[in-house]
Amino acid sequence: VTEALDRATDAQILVDSVGQGAIYALMAVGIGLVFGVLRLINFAYGQLIMAGAYTLAFTSDQPVVASVVACFVVVVALSLLMERAVFRPLRTASPAVMLVTTFAIAFMLQAIALLVDLRNDDLIGEAAVSVAPLNQVVTIGGVEVRKLTIVAILVAAGTLALLALLLMRTTIGLHMRAAATDFGTARLLGVRANLVIAAAVFLSGLLAATVAVLLTVQLPFVQPDFALRETIIVLVGVVVGGIDRLWTATLGGFLIGFATAEINAALPTDKSVFWPSFVFGLVILVLLLRPAGLFSWGRAPTVERA
Amino acid sequence: MRRYVDAGVQVAAPAVLVVAVGIWSTLVSESKEIYFLNALVSVAIVVAIYVFVGNSGVLSFGQISFVAVGAFAAGVMTIPLESKTGVLPDIYPLLRDHTIGNVWSLLLAAAVGGVFAFAVGLPLMRLSGLAAGIATFAVLEITHNLLREWTKIGPGATTLSLVPETTDALQATVGALIAILVAFAYQRSRFGRLLRASREDAFAAQGVGVSVHRQRLWAFTLSGALAGFAGGLLVHLLGSITTEQVYLELTFLTLMMLVIGGMTSLFGAVVGALAVSGLDSFLSEAEQGVSVGVSIDLPQGSRLIFLGAIMALVLILRPSGLTGGREFGLWRWRWRWSRGGSAQPA
Repeated sequence: VTEALDRATDAQILVDSVGQGAIYALMAVGIGLVFGVLRLINFAYGQLIMAGAYTLAFTSDQPVVASVVACFVVVVALSLLMERAVFRPLRTASPAVMLVTTFAIAFMLQAIALLVDLRNDDLIGEAAVSVAPLNQVVTIGGVEVRKLTIVAILVAAGTLALLALLLMRTTIGLHMRAAATDFGTARLLGVRANLVIAAAVFLSGLLAATVAVLLTVQLPFVQPDFALRETIIVLVGVVVGGIDRLWTATLGGFLIGFATAEINAALPTDKSVFWPSFVFGLVILVLLLRPAGLFSWGRAPTVERA
Repeated sequence: MRRYVDAGVQVAAPAVLVVAVGIWSTLVSESKEIYFLNALVSVAIVVAIYVFVGNSGVLSFGQISFVAVGAFAAGVMTIPLESKTGVLPDIYPLLRDHTIGNVWSLLLAAAVGGVFAFAVGLPLMRLSGLAAGIATFAVLEITHNLLREWTKIGPGATTLSLVPETTDALQATVGALIAILVAFAYQRSRFGRLLRASREDAFAAQGVGVSVHRQRLWAFTLSGALAGFAGGLLVHLLGSITTEQVYLELTFLTLMMLVIGGMTSLFGAVVGALAVSGLDSFLSEAEQGVSVGVSIDLPQGSRLIFLGAIMALVLILRPSGLTGGREFGLWRWRWRWSRGGSAQPA
C-alpha cells in the first residue's frame, strides 16, 4: 500500500511540476519575445499579469467569458501603452537604463494597484471567484490532478505551437526573427521596426493575459505583488536557459518552474524552508559552467550588442 | 596643477553635498531628521554599489546582500548582553556571550561584507553581462534565505530589535564621507583606472594586459566592504531591522538611485541617492499636506505612484542620469580634455 501511495505521490509531484513549468514557460516566452526585438528585459511583466488578475477579481460577478475577455483587453492595452510610453523613447538607451526604468514602472503599477485595491474596500487583496471552478480535482489513474494543471499544460502546448507557426510560417514572424537576430540589418532590408516591436509586445501581452488567468485560478487571492515572485524566478530561468534565442529561453523558464516544484517537494520538511538556497545555488553553478545559457550551443552570444 | 584642482573639485562636490545635508538635518525638527539621516545612509549604500557597478559597468543585484550581512553582523554584536537571549534565543553561544562597541561593530560590518564579497566574487567575477547580473541576484536570494531561516546566526524571520541607535547626524555624515573618499581614492588609483578601461572596452583592456577578472574582484570586494559598513550604519540608524528591509525593494531602489544620478560617476551616485531620497521624503510629507508657496496635499498612498512615475520620467528624459555620468567640474565645457573625469565616448 505504501509503495502504491509513494508512486501516486511521485506522479502527483511530477504532474504538478510540469504544470508549474508550463505556466513559467509561457511567461518566459512573453519576456523572451520582447527581449528579442528590443534587447529589453521587462521587469514590469509581472505587473501586467497582476493587472490582469485584478481585472478578473473586479469582474467576478460577470460571466466567466466576459471576465476573461476583460482581462485580455486590459493586459494587452496596458502592454501596448507601456511600449508606446516607455520602451519607444528608451530604444537607444543602454540595457541597464532600460531595465532600471522597468523597475520604476513596476513600482508605479504596484502602487497604483494598492491604491485601487484599497479604494474598493479597506482590505488589501481581492478574491477572484469566477474562475475558481478550474481548481477542482479530477482523478486520473489514482493521481489527483487539478483541472487547472491539465488546462495549463494544454494551453501552454497549444500557445507555443501557434506561436511557432506564427514565427516560422508568416511574414511578420520572419520579420520578428530577423529583428531578433540583427535589428540594424533587418531594418536595412525593409523590416518595419515599429510594426515588429508592436507585434512582439502585443503577443507578449496576450501571453501575460493567459498567464494571469492560469495563475489566478491557482491563487484566487489577488494582491499588489501578485506574480512578482514568479516573474523574478522566470527572469532567472530565462537567462539560465539562454536569453538569446526564444526556444532556449522558453526551455529555461519551463526548467526553473519544474525544478523549483521538484526541489520543494524533494527536500525533507525541516529543510524545505531552504529551497531558495538550493535553487539559486544551482542557478549559480549552471551560470558558471554555461554562462551563455544552458541550452545554447555553438553560436556566440549576441546579448551585448553595440 | 590643473589636474589636482580638478581632482579636488571632483571629490569636494559630493562631499559638500553630504556635509550640507548633515548640517541641514540638525536644523530641522526631530521628526524630520530621520529623512536626512536616511538620505545619508542611502548615499553610503549607493556609493558602495557604484564602486563596483559604476567602475566595472557590470550590473550587480547582489550588493544589498553585503549590506544585509553588515547590518546583521553589526546589529547582533551590539545588542546589550542582558537582552540578547530574549531577542536571539537560538543563537550560537559565541555570538551570544560577546558584545562590541559601536565603532568596532561598523568595522566588523565592513570586514564581514568585504570577506563575503571576496568569497562570492572569486568564482562569479568570471561572468559578465546578464549572467553576472543573475548570478549576483542569486547571491542576494541565498543570503536572504539563510539570514531569514538560520536562527543560529541571527533573529531569523523575526525582527532584530534593541540595537543601539547610534547613527546620528555626525555618524551618518562621517560615514557617507568615508564611503565617498574611499570610492574616490579607488577610482583614481591604478586599479580603478584599469577597471574603468575594461568597462569601456573589455577586449582592448585585456589586449594591453589588464586582468579583467582580478580588477573586477578587487572592486567587488571593496564594494562589499563599503556595503557592509553602510549596513552597519543602517542598523544603528533604525534600531531594529528585518531581513525584508535589506532585500528586493532596497536593491531596486538603490539601483534606481544610481542610474538616475548617472551610473558612471561618483558624483552621480551621490546626487542620485540624495535626489531620490529627497523626493521620497517630500512626497511622504506631501501626503500629510505640505506648503511650498502653494499648498500640496496628495492623496494617501499615492507617494509610491509619484515616486515611480517621476523616476521613470527622469530616466526616459535623461537616460544617462542627472549628472550625465560625469564628475562635477568647474570647467564643464572642457570635459573632454580634463584628465580625471569619466567622460564617456560620445
